[in-house]
Amino acid sequence: MATSTRTGESGPAVRRSAFRRSRGDGPFRFVSTGAGIVLLAVMAAIGVFLVVKAVPALQANTSHFLTEPTWQPNATKPVFGIGALAFGTVLSSLLALVIATPVAVGVALFISHYAPRRLAAVLGYVVDLLAAVPSVVYGLWGVAFLVPFMVGPSKFLNEYLGWIPLFGGDTVVGKSMLTASLVLAIMILPIIAAISREVFLQAPKMQEEAALALGATRWEMIKMAVLPFGRPGVISAAMLGLGRAMGETIAVALIFPATFTISFQILGPYGNSIAANIANGFGEATEVGRGALIASGLVLFLITLLVNMAARFVIARRKEYARAAA
Amino acid sequence: MTTQTGIQMRTGIRPISAARRATDRLVRVLVYLAFALAVIPLLSVLWLVVKNGIGRFDIEFLTHSMRNIGARDAGGGAYHAIIGTLEQVLLASLIAVPIGLLTAIYLVEYGEGGRLSRITSFFVDVMTGVPSVVAGLFILAFWILALGMPFSGFAGALALSILMMPVVVRSAEEMLRLVPRELREASYALGVPKWRTIVKVVLPTAFTGIVTGVMLAVARVAGETAPLLLTVFTTDSINDNPFDGPQMGLPLYVFDQAGRPTDTAINRAWTGALTLILIVMLLNLVARLITWWRSPARRR
Repeated sequence: MATSTRTGESGPAVRRSAFRRSRGDGPFRFVSTGAGIVLLAVMAAIGVFLVVKAVPALQANTSHFLTEPTWQPNATKPVFGIGALAFGTVLSSLLALVIATPVAVGVALFISHYAPRRLAAVLGYVVDLLAAVPSVVYGLWGVAFLVPFMVGPSKFLNEYLGWIPLFGGDTVVGKSMLTASLVLAIMILPIIAAISREVFLQAPKMQEEAALALGATRWEMIKMAVLPFGRPGVISAAMLGLGRAMGETIAVALIFPATFTISFQILGPYGNSIAANIANGFGEATEVGRGALIASGLVLFLITLLVNMAARFVIARRKEYARAAA
Repeated sequence: MTTQTGIQMRTGIRPISAARRATDRLVRVLVYLAFALAVIPLLSVLWLVVKNGIGRFDIEFLTHSMRNIGARDAGGGAYHAIIGTLEQVLLASLIAVPIGLLTAIYLVEYGEGGRLSRITSFFVDVMTGVPSVVAGLFILAFWILALGMPFSGFAGALALSILMMPVVVRSAEEMLRLVPRELREASYALGVPKWRTIVKVVLPTAFTGIVTGVMLAVARVAGETAPLLLTVFTTDSINDNPFDGPQMGLPLYVFDQAGRPTDTAINRAWTGALTLILIVMLLNLVARLITWWRSPARRR
């Protein structure tokens, strides 16, 4: 058969290619497709098993899981809810986003349009190094350095800007929501900066040059040609950063004061998040306690899933960004 | 700038107004400031880790565990944690690299833009966003609670592999796409079947790039703490067997020591952090070196 296809010049091309595929290609295609399916199965299994293990604890709960702020799943009459934790997660991540995004956009612009060409790659690598520092190291740095350091600035903010509800309150501490958000901001900055940088670099060169030729200053050129092009990319980068901030665990577990109070006073001794509570509460959790932590993890999983899918959707809509976010 | 004003004078166009120039300057200052702001925390972290960690970075730290050493006692080390981290990361790579690489091969060579490949590609992206603590919870719920397995280094490796997979897929996919189409076609023209073309031509060509991607993925998971906390638990003793009983990991060790309220423990945490950063940076550096060493070779 092999010789006949090789010598048979007149044989149809289709049959030859079909022959080529039939030898050993089937198993290999099967295995590699299988690997892709395994990956999908893992994603599905994450959801399924979290639900399965959360349900018994939720049934034992004597309060409403979505609104109750306290967390006492280890008591004989378990009372727990996601209220305060979800609030802390969302507030700290949003604060981190508000702090990090402008700086990250500045960094991205610096590397894409301001830094000398030769230096740009090296400087970009320096910013990427921020992402290489393990989160537990940020946590240690936060506890040992940033928490005592933030007492001064926090008192200052409280004294002069105390009329803004966020900075109000009578007790001002270093171990606060603001400090945790700052650490989160540092951790998500390299992600937002890296994606924004790639998007800014892809801005059409012709339009940039046209703007400059018409006498625009560099900033006017960026405002006219780069930022409008990059806006969707920056938005989705910020959303990916938001997802990362929400899931960040160890650094904030060391910094948050781990209370279960819902308070907007970001300088006070309040604050906690779903992820931090899992890390801090796991050691002494009973069976119901573990189930409760798993239930809270399920909520975190769903929130981050939504945020990430939305971000990916924004990126996928514009094909030219697809590479930048990889 | 000087050439611009020269042109303006010759053509008679009025110079840029003071306000516009001031705005331009202001933005320039802000952009430079943003970069400085981003670098300050990095320098601060690295400086403090080196300054506080170097004191206990000695032979005893690298060769002793924390067995029978209380929070107040001096001495003790992270030997058990280093062993744990190496075993867990190795096991995680053994699981994640084959699955990730095969998925990348599927996406590039067999997917052909079909529905399954688009869904897989989308969920690989989504998977990169799964919080590490959720990966840990999943292994806790599935492996430890549902299957009744003990806390072990292997359970931790399973959790880490979930975090590694999407990173490996993305980097391997990018490298496979860089392999020139002509190479594949030349191989087909010689009558080589597709799977042998992939194994003998495509993979060797992309090899160094894939290795770089894997090392970056390893560097990323080596610093993860949260999933280990939920699956490996903690121990102060040496446990060489990753398949049975609680182990330690270097990030876990830092977290554990940082939570103890004495100076000797905090110092051990800093030294642990220094060791961890050295390992992660080394992996990053080796990965970059491979890419750098590779790039002139490609031009030849």
